[in-house]
Amino acid sequence: MYKLLLCWRYLRTRWIALASIVSVTLGVATMIVVNSVMAGFSYEMQTRIHGILSDLVFESHSLSGFQDPQWHMDEIRRAAGSDIVGMTPTVAVPAMLNFQVRGQWVTRQIMFIGIDEASHAHVSDFGRYLQHPGNRTQLSFGLREGGYDTVDSQSDTTLPTRPALEGAGWPHRRMRVERERVWREKLDADRQATHAATPVPTDSTRSVDQQVDAVLAATSADAPAAATVAATPATDPAATGKPADPFRQARPEEVTRMDPAQEQFTGIVPGIGLASFRDTSGIDRFLVLPGDDVKITFPTSGTPPKAVSDTFTVVDFYESKMSEYDSNFVFVPIADLQRMRGMIEPQTGIASVNSIQIKLREGADLNQVRDRLRKVFPADLYAVSTWRDKQGPLLAAVDMEMSVLNILLFLIIAVAGFGILAIFFMIVVEKTRDIGILKSLGASAGGIGSIFLGYGLFLGMVGAGAGLALGLAIAWNINRIRVAVEWLTGEQVFDPSIYYFYRIPSIIDPFTVAWIIVGAVGIAVASSVLPALRAARLHPVEALRHD
Amino acid sequence: MTDAAPPLLRVRSLRKQYRSGDTTLEVLRGVDFDLAAGEFVSVVGQSGSGKSTLLHLMGLLDAADAGEIELDGVRVDGLSTAGRDRLRNTAIGMVFQSYHLLPEFDALENVLAPLMVRYGVLEWLRVRGAARAQARGLLDRFGLGGRLHHKPRQLSGGEMQRVAIARALVTQPRVLLADEPTGNLDEATGAGILETLCELNRTDGLSIVLVTHDAAVARQADRIVRLAAGRVEDALPAAQRLAG
Repeated sequence: MYKLLLCWRYLRTRWIALASIVSVTLGVATMIVVNSVMAGFSYEMQTRIHGILSDLVFESHSLSGFQDPQWHMDEIRRAAGSDIVGMTPTVAVPAMLNFQVRGQWVTRQIMFIGIDEASHAHVSDFGRYLQHPGNRTQLSFGLREGGYDTVDSQSDTTLPTRPALEGAGWPHRRMRVERERVWREKLDADRQATHAATPVPTDSTRSVDQQVDAVLAATSADAPAAATVAATPATDPAATGKPADPFRQARPEEVTRMDPAQEQFTGIVPGIGLASFRDTSGIDRFLVLPGDDVKITFPTSGTPPKAVSDTFTVVDFYESKMSEYDSNFVFVPIADLQRMRGMIEPQTGIASVNSIQIKLREGADLNQVRDRLRKVFPADLYAVSTWRDKQGPLLAAVDMEMSVLNILLFLIIAVAGFGILAIFFMIVVEKTRDIGILKSLGASAGGIGSIFLGYGLFLGMVGAGAGLALGLAIAWNINRIRVAVEWLTGEQVFDPSIYYFYRIPSIIDPFTVAWIIVGAVGIAVASSVLPALRAARLHPVEALRHD
Repeated sequence: MTDAAPPLLRVRSLRKQYRSGDTTLEVLRGVDFDLAAGEFVSVVGQSGSGKSTLLHLMGLLDAADAGEIELDGVRVDGLSTAGRDRLRNTAIGMVFQSYHLLPEFDALENVLAPLMVRYGVLEWLRVRGAARAQARGLLDRFGLGGRLHHKPRQLSGGEMQRVAIARALVTQPRVLLADEPTGNLDEATGAGILETLCELNRTDGLSIVLVTHDAAVARQADRIVRLAAGRVEDALPAAQRLAG
C-alpha cells in the first residue's frame, strides 16, 4: 500500500520528474501526428492510384495489342470466374497533345487511353474524378451545355477556385467560334482597306480582345451563328482564303465541313494538370477549357507504327489529384481510338485492345487471382499485375519513409528515457534517507524497488497520456492549425499547388497509437529499472545515515 | 521484572567490524547484553563506542559478523532478509535522533506507514479503518490530536519525535529501540520526550533500550549499560551508578 501512496505523492511533489516526462509527451505527440498525416497521405495516394487503376491490369507487351478482347475476357472469367465483378477493355498508347494558347502551340507528352464509356466506370473510380456532375454519374464524351463545377468537388472548400469553368462547354465553344469569325472578318476588312489605301482608324489604346468584343457587339449579336459560320469555316485554316480543295471529297467525313459552333470533334477527357495550373492564391488557371479543340498525334498500330494526328474536343477534365496521372492521361472513346489507329480487322470487324482492366469482388485476394491468371496466360505475351504492383516502388518508398521516420522519432523517446534515468537516479539519491526509513519499518528490497518502477510506470503513463491527448488534438485539428499558422506568419505552410489537396489528410490508426503508447511507457519503465535496483540494494543503516 | 524471568532480548558475544579500504575498524568486540521484558535500559558510551551499532544489530538493520541475538528465546541473527524485514515490521519499534519521518506523508500517514508496509492494497482497504483509529488514538495520547494532517516540516522537533514514537508503537512491538531520541531537542522538550518514554514503560510495560551519551538522560532508565571500546564495561542498576 505504501508503494502506491508514495508513488502518488512523488508524482505530485517532484515536478522535476514531470519535466523529464515532457520529452516523452512531445515524442508521443509527434509520433501520433506524423503517423496520422503519413497514413493520410498514403491513403489518399493509394485511393487515387487505385481510382485510376483497376484491381488487376491485364496487358499485352505490344503496342498493337491483342485481338478479340471478348475471347480474352471469357478466358479470364473462366480462370478466375467467381472473383471477377467487372472487366473493361482499354487501349493505351503514348501520344503528343498540342493546343494553342494565345497563338502559341503548346505540346505535352501524354498517355492516350481509349476507354469504354459504358463499362469503365464500373471497374474503377474513374467517374468520380470528373468535373461535370453529369459525367460523374454517367460518363459521356459529348460536350455538355455547361454546369461544370467551379468548386472542387473533391475538396471541402466551398470557394469557387475554378471560376474559368463557369462558362465552359457549348457556350464557351460558341463564343470562341464567334470571336474567331469576327476577328477574321476584321482582318479581311483591314486587308481590303489597306488595298484601298484608306487607313482604317484603329484605337491603339484598346486591346485586341476589347476590339473584338466591340465588333462582336456591333455586328451579329443576335444573328444565327450557323448561317455566318457556314460562310467561313473557322477552325479549318486550310479553307480560309483559299480555293476549294479538289481532294476534299476523297477525305474521311470528319474533316469535311462541319459547324464548330454546333458540332464537336471526338470528345476527350484530359487530366486537369495538362490543361491548368494553380496560382499561389489557390485559383486554378486554365489553358484549355471544355469546348476547345486540341490536336493529338499518336502512333498507328501498324509495323512500324506511323504517327498520325487528329483533332479532338475537350469535353471534361479528369482530376485524380495524383499529379503523375493528372498531367499525363488523356481519355478517349475506345472505339474511336481503335478506328483511328487501325486496330480493327477490316474483314471481321474484330478490334484489338492492349489491356483489360479487371475489377475483383470485395475482399478477393489480388495476388492469388493474379497468379492464377499468370498461369493461364503466357508471360512472354501478357503481363498481369495488380494495382499495387503497378505502383510498387512508390508504395514501397512511402512505407520505407514511414518506418525510417518512426525509428527516428522513437529514438527521441529513447533519449527521453535517458533523461528519466538521470532524474530518477537523482531522486533515489535525494530519497536515500526515506528509503532507509522504509527499510527500518520493514519494507522489503523488492517493495522499495517497485516504488521506483511504479513511479516510472506512472510517469510514463502520464507522459504518454498527455502525448496521446496532444497528438490526437493536433491530428484532428491539423487543418485548423495550418490555417492559424498561415494567418500568423502570412506564409503558406501547405501549398495546394504542390499537393493538389486542399487539406492535410490525417488518419489515426488506433493500432499504431496503441503501439506508440506501449513503447513510450515501456521506455519509461525500462529507464527506471536501474535507479530502482539501486534503491532496492541500499543498505538500511547507510541509507539512514545519509544526509 | 525479576532476574529469573527469561530475557526478552539476549545478546551474546556480538562482534561487528567495518572495513574501509585496507583498514578494519572493530566496532563491537563481543558484547553480551540482556533485556528483560518490561525493562527500560540505557546504553551509554562515548562516540564511537559502538552503541548505535549495537542498536542497529538488535534492530536487525544490519547483520553481525559473529555472535547471537535472541528475541523471545528465538535466534534472529541468522534470519533471511525477508524474515528480518518481517520482524522489523512486527516486533521492533525504532526511534531515531533525527526523527526520520517521511516528508511526503502527514503525521497520521507517517504513523500508519509501518502498517501500510505490512499490508497489500486490498488488505489495507480492509484494515484501514481500524488502523486509522489506532494511529489517531496514539497521536491523541501524545497530544497531537489536532495536528494529524500536518506534514513533518510543519511540526516542531518535539512533535516530530512524538510522531516517530507513535509510529514505532503502532505495530505494538515487543521492544522499542531508541537512538538518542532527545539528541536534537532542547532540554525541556527532550525531558518531555523522556517523560513520555518513562510513562510508556511504567503504564504499558513497554521494554525500551535507550542509547544516549547524556548521563542525565540515561539516569531515567532502570539500568545503565556502559559500552567502551566495543565491550560492555559494566552493567549497573541506575541507582547504584548514581551512588558510585
